Amino acid sequence: MSDHTAAPMAGDHAVDIDKHVRIYISVFVALMVLTIVTVTVSRFHLPVPIAVTVALLVAIIKGSLVACYFMHLISEKKLIYAVLGLTAAFFVVLLVVPVITVHDGFWIH
Amino acid sequence: MDIPYTVEVRRDTGLTNGKIGIWLFLASEVMLFGALFASYILIRTGAPTWPRGDTMLNVPLATVNTIVLISSSVTMVMAWASLMRNRFGTFRIYMGLTILCGLGFLVIKYFEYSAHFHEGAIPSTNNFLAIYFTLTGLHGLHVLGGMAVNAYFWGPGAKLWKTNPTWFTNRVEHAGLFWHFVDLVWIFLFPTLYLL
Repeated sequence: MSDHTAAPMAGDHAVDIDKHVRIYISVFVALMVLTIVTVTVSRFHLPVPIAVTVALLVAIIKGSLVACYFMHLISEKKLIYAVLGLTAAFFVVLLVVPVITVHDGFWIH
Repeated sequence: MDIPYTVEVRRDTGLTNGKIGIWLFLASEVMLFGALFASYILIRTGAPTWPRGDTMLNVPLATVNTIVLISSSVTMVMAWASLMRNRFGTFRIYMGLTILCGLGFLVIKYFEYSAHFHEGAIPSTNNFLAIYFTLTGLHGLHVLGGMAVNAYFWGPGAKLWKTNPTWFTNRVEHAGLFWHFVDLVWIFLFPTLYLL
């Protein structure tokens, strides 16, 4: 979206926006299909580790579609990537540090 | 004094200040929800037993809510695209639909919460319900906040379109980034709480 920050536009830029709109609709359809996949898979009552893996995998794909296309992260400026990279690093620390202190987690047995 | 770099981008960052500001705010939001997700993992892994979400929660209603929120993300980005095409009337329609979807989400959540309370299922009942109400309650507050901002841009805030359309378009873009983030959080909350 940063490419379009100086907005409202006409002419060639309007054609560019039309292309974006077609992508938004495709992403919307993909998100709907993936939502149905998530719910359907949950009905199979898979073992917890497999169910967690599948559910998180689908959620990560859906989240990536929203972030890349609706939030336009696919074409952002370097500074935004730097901020998000730092955030991702701290987010991983936030999740991992408390978990490795637990000795009775189900994956440690 | 005018706020600097609301329309033109800073030469050093290549971004408007508003864009940097909203992304820094979203970074702090990632840490807020990240802390709660970490709490969820700790509580769940530390519990001797943990109920499957679908045995305690209403999955069909939550599925409908997922569809409603994803749809609202599309209408939000279409509202911004309408401004980019200089179509203010279309912007109003899409932004209105976004607000209505947000309202629909909260109404469905109200019915879900009411059913839980009616059954005596409250946050103090067990750890599952405690983390469920905390995460979905905080998320619901974010939906409410996003709706308030969107309603401002649909109504009184839209006056800016007449005097400075580029600034208005940028502000709608920033509101959209927050709204998509709220959608993104729900995409992870839904399977985590309801399906696993």
